[in-house]
Amino acid sequence: MATQGQPRLKYACDLDKSVLVNNFDRRGWIQVSPDEDWNFYWASVQSIRNVFSVENGYRLCDDQVINHFPNHYELTRKDLMVKNIKRYRKDLEREGSPFAEKDELGRHIHLDFFPTTFMLPADYNLFVEEFRKNPSTTWIMKPCGKARGIGIFLINRLSQLKKWSRDSKTNTFTAPSAKDTYVIGKYIDNPLLIGGKKFDLRLYVLVTSFRPLKCYMLKLGFCRFCTVKYNADVTDLDNMFVHLTNVSIQKHGAEYNAVHGGKWTVANLRLFLEGTRGKEVTDKLFDEMNWMTVHSLKAVSNVMANDRHCFECYGYDILIDDNLKPYLIEVNASPSLTSTTSSDRIMKYNLISDLINIVIPPEGTPDVRWNKTPSKEAMGNFDLLYDEELAQSDLLNQDARSKLGMTGPGLRGARDPKLQSKATWK
Amino acid sequence: MVHLYNLAIDFCALSRVEADPADKRLRFNEMSINQCQTGVDDNPDIPPELFDNDRSKLAKKVLNNKHSPLSQEFLKKGAPPGVRAELWRQTLGVEVDQIDQLYYEQLKSYVVQHDLLVDSLIYKDVKLTATNDDQYFVFEDYIYQVLFPFSRDTQVLDHFKHSSANPPKSYIRGKLGVEEFAVHYPPNGVIPFHGFAMYVAPLCYIYDDPVVLYYVFRELYMRYFFRLHQISSHPQSIVSLCLLFESLLQSQEPQLFLHLKTIQAQPLRIAFKWLIRAFSGYLDSEQVLLLWDRVLAYNSLEILAVLAVAIFSFRKTNLLQVGTASAAEGVLADITTLKVVPLIQLSLFST
Repeated sequence: MATQGQPRLKYACDLDKSVLVNNFDRRGWIQVSPDEDWNFYWASVQSIRNVFSVENGYRLCDDQVINHFPNHYELTRKDLMVKNIKRYRKDLEREGSPFAEKDELGRHIHLDFFPTTFMLPADYNLFVEEFRKNPSTTWIMKPCGKARGIGIFLINRLSQLKKWSRDSKTNTFTAPSAKDTYVIGKYIDNPLLIGGKKFDLRLYVLVTSFRPLKCYMLKLGFCRFCTVKYNADVTDLDNMFVHLTNVSIQKHGAEYNAVHGGKWTVANLRLFLEGTRGKEVTDKLFDEMNWMTVHSLKAVSNVMANDRHCFECYGYDILIDDNLKPYLIEVNASPSLTSTTSSDRIMKYNLISDLINIVIPPEGTPDVRWNKTPSKEAMGNFDLLYDEELAQSDLLNQDARSKLGMTGPGLRGARDPKLQSKATWK
Repeated sequence: MVHLYNLAIDFCALSRVEADPADKRLRFNEMSINQCQTGVDDNPDIPPELFDNDRSKLAKKVLNNKHSPLSQEFLKKGAPPGVRAELWRQTLGVEVDQIDQLYYEQLKSYVVQHDLLVDSLIYKDVKLTATNDDQYFVFEDYIYQVLFPFSRDTQVLDHFKHSSANPPKSYIRGKLGVEEFAVHYPPNGVIPFHGFAMYVAPLCYIYDDPVVLYYVFRELYMRYFFRLHQISSHPQSIVSLCLLFESLLQSQEPQLFLHLKTIQAQPLRIAFKWLIRAFSGYLDSEQVLLLWDRVLAYNSLEILAVLAVAIFSFRKTNLLQVGTASAAEGVLADITTLKVVPLIQLSLFST
C-alpha cells in the first residue's frame, strides 16, 4: 500500500501511538528495531541520549533522519530556555538591533514575551530584590526537570522559600542538578478569559534546521480550557450569571466532556477575537505569537547542535493575558501524541503526515544533502514561519537589484526587521 | 414529518412561495459569481488589494453613517469579521441604553426570585447541544445568561402579532377557564425545544457583553427565528421553506430528486434539521455567521432553502451512487467543511 512511486522506508519507533503507526503504515513503511538500519526514527528523549552519547553513540548515515536534536534541552528545559533568551536579549542590545528596543521604563518592547523569571537557587538574591518591589504579587515555582505540571506551586510570601534562602547563605558552589533547580516566574493573574474560563494555547512548531533557521507552524493549534471557572481576582462578578442559578455551577463542577475535551481550535479563537475585539488587535496578537516563536528559536540557534539528520516538532505553550499580550510559558520536546477526542486524533494524524512530507525530500528517501526547502504543497497544514536561507537569498537579490538601480515602490525594505518576503509568514 | 408535508400541500394554494431558480437569481443577485464576496474573496491566499482592503474601508464608511438600510445593503456581500458586530447592531436597530440595561437586570432578578419549569428545559437543552459542541461549549454560561431572562421577557409576546401562533396560556390555580386569571406561560410565550440554544450559540462569537448579546438575540428571534418553529402560511415560515426547498431541488436537480425518491430517501428528512436550526451546529461557526449575514441583508430566511439545495447539488455524485436512505443520510451527515458562499454561487449562478 505504498504511495505511488515512493520508496518503502524503514522506520523505528519508540512510542506506541496510533497517529504515528497509522501514518507509517499508510505509506507502506516497514518497521525495524532501532538497532537495525532505519531511515526514519521517532525516538524518545532517552533514546536520543544514547544515539548521540559520547561513549556509545553512533554516526548517522546520509539516509537517516531522527526526530530530536541532540541538545534540545537548551530550549525545552525551563531554566536553560530562560538563560538562553536572556543572553539573546543582551546580544541584540549590544548589536544595536531594532528588536532590542526598550520603552521609557526600560522594558523590552519586542522581546518581552515571558514573565520575569529567575533561577533558584542561583538567582535567589536577585529574586528577593524583585519580590520586594511588589510584595503583593504571586509567583509560580516550577521544577526544571519535570513536565505535565508536576511539582508546580504558587507562593506569595518569601517565607515559603526558606529552603533556598538558607542555601544561598551557605554559598556553596555545587552546581545544582536538574532535580534541585527551580525557576520562579511572575504569575500571570489576569489571563484572558473566554466564557469565564481560563485557557492556554498549544501550538506545534516544526524545526528542520537551526543554522540557517527553518521553522514551520501548524495552523491547527488548539486552546485548552479549564472546566472550572477562573475565580481568582475576577473583576466583574455581575457578569458571572453563575451566581444567579446554582444549577450550572454544581452540575458543572470539574466535569470533563469527552466529546470536545475542553479543546477549541485556534481558528475559533481567532474568529472570536476578531468578532469581539476587531481585526487589528487580533492580527497583532497572532503576529506577536509568531515573532515570539521565531525569537525563542533564534535564541538557541547558536548553542544547538545543528545536526543535519535532525528535525524536531516542539509543543509551544502560550498564555494570553486580558490585554491580548501573549506569554511563552514553555516549550515541549515531546508534545503528547495521545488523542483525547476524535477531532484531536484527526488533527494529530495530519500533524505527523504533514511533518513527514516536509522532512522527507521529494524523492522519498531522507538525504542529508538536501537543501530542506519543501514545496508549498508538501507543507500541508503547516505555515512557513521563517526560512533564514530564503530570507538571506532575498536580501542578496535585493542588494543586487538596488545596485543595478532596479528597486521599485513597495519593494521589501532591506533592513526592515519585519521582512516582507516569502521567507516568513507575511 | 409527513404531517408537516400534508399541511404544506394544504397551504400551497395560500402561500406565495416562488420556487423558480431564475427568480432566486434575481433576488440574490449581489451574490453572483462575478461579484467579490466576503467568505470567498477575503481568503488569506488572495492578495488583500483585490478586495479585502477596499471592503474594510467601505465598512468603516458605512458604519460611520449609522444608517440601518445602508448597513443592511452592505451585508449582502457579507461582513468582514471585525465589523460584523456593529453592522448587525445597526441593521437590526439595536441600541442598548441605560433603560435597556436596567430592564435586563430586572429580568435577571426575576430569574433569581422564581424558578420556572422551562428553566429545566433550557438547562437540559444547553447541556445536550451547546455543551457537547466543540465550537460552542466555551459559551455555555453566556447562553444561560441569555435564555433564562429571555423566558421571562414579556416584550417578546409582541412578535405574536405577526404570527399565526398563539402563546400558550395557563390559569391561576383553581380558576381554570376564567379569563381574568389567565397568564402566559412561560412569560414570553415561547416554550424552548431541543436545539433552541443553538439560535444563541453563534452570536457568542461576535458579542461578549451579555446585555448586547441578549438584545441582539431577542431581535433576531422576534424577526426571523420564530418562523422556523411555528406552523404558519407565511412565505418564510418553516412550512414554506420546506416547500421551497423541495420545489427548488426538483427543478434544479430532477435526476437527483427522482433517484432519492426511488430509494425512499426523502430529501426533506435530511434537510429539515438544517432549516429549523438555520444551520447552526451543522456548519462551521464562521460559515453560519456568513449565512446569517445574508438572512439579515435580504431580510429573508429563503436563503436557508437555497443553501440546502446547493448542498444536495454539491454532493450529487455521491448521492446518485447510494442505494439506501441511510446511506444517503450518511453522505450528508457531516457538512462542517462546506463553504456557504461559493456553494450558493455555484448553485444559483453557474448553470
